[in-house]
Amino acid sequence: MMNSDFWRAFARNKGAVLGLAILIAIVVLAAFASVLFPGDPWEMATAPFQPPLSEDAMLGSDMLGRDIASGIAHGARVSLLIGLTSTAAALAIGVTLGALAGFHGGKVDDAIMRFTELFQTIPNFVLAVVLVAIFTPSLTTIVLAIAIVSWPPLARLARAEFLSLRSREFVQAAITTGQSNSTIILRQILPNSLSPIIVSASLMVATAILLESSLSFLGLGDPNAMSWGYMIGAARTVIRQAWWMSVFPGLAIVLTVLALNLVGEGLNDALNPKLARSRG
Amino acid sequence: MSQFDLLRTPTETAAMTTPLLDVRGLSIALPPGADRPLAVDNLTFTLNPDEILCVVGESGSGKSMTAHAMMGLLPAPHVRVSGGSLLFKGKDVLAMPEAEQRSLRGGRIAMVFQEPMTALNPLMRVGRQIGESLREHTDLPAPARRARVGELLAQVGLPNPAELAEAYPFRLSGGQRQRVMIAMALACQPDILIADEPTTALDVTTQKQILDLIRSIQAERHMGMMFITHDFGVVAEIAHRVAVMRHGKLVEYGAASDVLNRPQHPYTRQLIASVPHYIEHRDDHAKTGAPLLVADKVRKVFNVGGGLFKKSKPVVAGDDLSLTIHPGETVGLVGESGSGKSTLGRSIVGLIKPDSGRILFEGTDLLALDRKGFRPYRRTVQMVFQDPYASLNPRHRVGDIVAQGPVAFGEDHGRALARARELLAMVGLDGSAADRFPHEFSGGQRQRIGIARALAMEPKLLVADEPVSALDVSVQGQVLDLLDDIRRRLNLAMLFITHDLRVAAQVCDTIAVMRRGRIVEMGTARDVFTHPRDAYTRSLLDAIPGKAWHIPDDLQKIPAGAH
Repeated sequence: MMNSDFWRAFARNKGAVLGLAILIAIVVLAAFASVLFPGDPWEMATAPFQPPLSEDAMLGSDMLGRDIASGIAHGARVSLLIGLTSTAAALAIGVTLGALAGFHGGKVDDAIMRFTELFQTIPNFVLAVVLVAIFTPSLTTIVLAIAIVSWPPLARLARAEFLSLRSREFVQAAITTGQSNSTIILRQILPNSLSPIIVSASLMVATAILLESSLSFLGLGDPNAMSWGYMIGAARTVIRQAWWMSVFPGLAIVLTVLALNLVGEGLNDALNPKLARSRG
Repeated sequence: MSQFDLLRTPTETAAMTTPLLDVRGLSIALPPGADRPLAVDNLTFTLNPDEILCVVGESGSGKSMTAHAMMGLLPAPHVRVSGGSLLFKGKDVLAMPEAEQRSLRGGRIAMVFQEPMTALNPLMRVGRQIGESLREHTDLPAPARRARVGELLAQVGLPNPAELAEAYPFRLSGGQRQRVMIAMALACQPDILIADEPTTALDVTTQKQILDLIRSIQAERHMGMMFITHDFGVVAEIAHRVAVMRHGKLVEYGAASDVLNRPQHPYTRQLIASVPHYIEHRDDHAKTGAPLLVADKVRKVFNVGGGLFKKSKPVVAGDDLSLTIHPGETVGLVGESGSGKSTLGRSIVGLIKPDSGRILFEGTDLLALDRKGFRPYRRTVQMVFQDPYASLNPRHRVGDIVAQGPVAFGEDHGRALARARELLAMVGLDGSAADRFPHEFSGGQRQRIGIARALAMEPKLLVADEPVSALDVSVQGQVLDLLDDIRRRLNLAMLFITHDLRVAAQVCDTIAVMRRGRIVEMGTARDVFTHPRDAYTRSLLDAIPGKAWHIPDDLQKIPAGAH
């Protein structure tokens, strides 16, 4: 019953449904990348500088004759993979620290929040660049770098939720019935604080994809993984002669990020129905 | 409405030619999908000049909707008037053009709201807020308006009107804010004052002052007043006529003395029977054996505010609190908001750690125990919380909520769940309750679940912190009966925390009265009620609304504990 309510509220937001459709299309593209475009996207497939709609390259080819369409399909894998795993890692760090700070309060809270602020004072992107540069670019280091720069907002959010829920009577009832701290955190408070966390996590996937693209654009991507950011970065010198090399990967980024944002907003409407109603 | 004509008093019949307000067949439609199609169903009543009409009903009875329809406050377009008319001095308000309606509202008809905290704009000085409606409805120049604001503030009994007009709402107490609200409503000398539960959010002594004020202002200005309330005590205090509403329908309507002393409709009778009252013949509790719990000079100071560079301000929540509870005894802890009664309750269940003093449970000092040492006592001391909507985890099934405590103490999950079902049946919920979620239950039912959760631990002492203050009167009665029945059957001792002396009088053997962090008087319920020793206790007793009214004998509660 809760589920059908959730879907009805989600579907009321037309943009969210559109976003979900785009997102599903991108996931399908990523999943079937090696079926649709067999072979290595780094391999030369046709003559260089083929414009879009040419015979063997639907979206054209780049300076080395690599198929742009194949690059986009395989790049979708990297983008989604990095977006999801780095968000998952950021969630693990942020929610754990935020939950502990909010639940225990006092000195624990002070210590954790000062630590969080330390990270918030350093510009995200600069820190990510430094981290990737130090640890040599690879998928793992990129995921870690993105996670390390993106967890503080999640920690603050989780802390705020825990702080307000901790003083609720059902949590006090759990204390008086002798439940352990870990039970209270995991079973009583966490499920009730998930809605806003899920919403901001869905938006964070989009930010992570943008961060990854920016890193690759600067040449700090994984050298073995085809990525949208890398494609744009490589094509920037020839943008006046061959617009398609940067426009199509750019469109892919825009569509993915837009879709994620729309879905995030839909989730917000569905999971925080009170807010949605007051807006409408 | 000929059957109502018989109920009118002679003065009303004289005034009937020009009722101030004539509500005829008013219906208010709710949006599709609501629990009933009409919030207010074919409502007919009149309000005469120089009369207080009390509209009584429980939550959801449509009493506030009626007032909101008059004031144009219905949340259009979802909720709208679907039939009938509202005649103000013979003219239909609902048929007037928008501009004319607006000048009527705030000008000729004014309203006082329930929550003085939220009804005032926190960023605007009090004087300016009162001046607003003068500016809107009169053409007084600014200095005259200021003078008038001063007069109004003096009339509602506020000291230093000139100074107070310059204050922001957050500087005022709840009672002062409600006085400001009344001053605001009186600004344009309205013919009708609508008061929507204006004293419900206030402490009992403040409530008395506000009721006195409202009554004297009404008499002075010969206003017609519609006073919405759920409390028959308040009705007895101020009403000339009474309209009782239930599920949007008028069920009884007549002179106050008739409705209060000779109620006809079964629902009115039920409501009056559930008004909590002191039970004359309750037996004194026979204190047997060693005390179960002794609180000895408990002191708790909260440090408010403060930060890295700012010193915090100490607030003494409880000082020198001493109290004894014997097995099977119900001790009432009564006090107004901020008196520290919850602090003591929470200290006993271990939610707050007092700064000094001792809390002895069967001889063991609970405050000297560490976390691990205290754990066994979690079972023996249990708590029932105030807010039935906040005290149950919305994501857990009711059966799990009740079973969680025993499971935390190592009980097998299946067995705990089976026991939870038994307990839910014991508190009067049916078998399927265990598999449902809290949001599927009403407030009273949720409070029963909260009681079942406490009982699952098989406690010896139950701390009930305002367990009925969030509930409707009739539900309140049922939950109090349940608590009384359970403690009798299980021989439970209970610490019953409440702000309402009437409720305490009904269920407690012993009463401790608290004020500003101290217990000022403690004695048997009988003594505290009939021979109060402390001046504060006397003023609390004196402030009970409707104390002069004697609940009709056939509706009195059967004395609990009488043999």
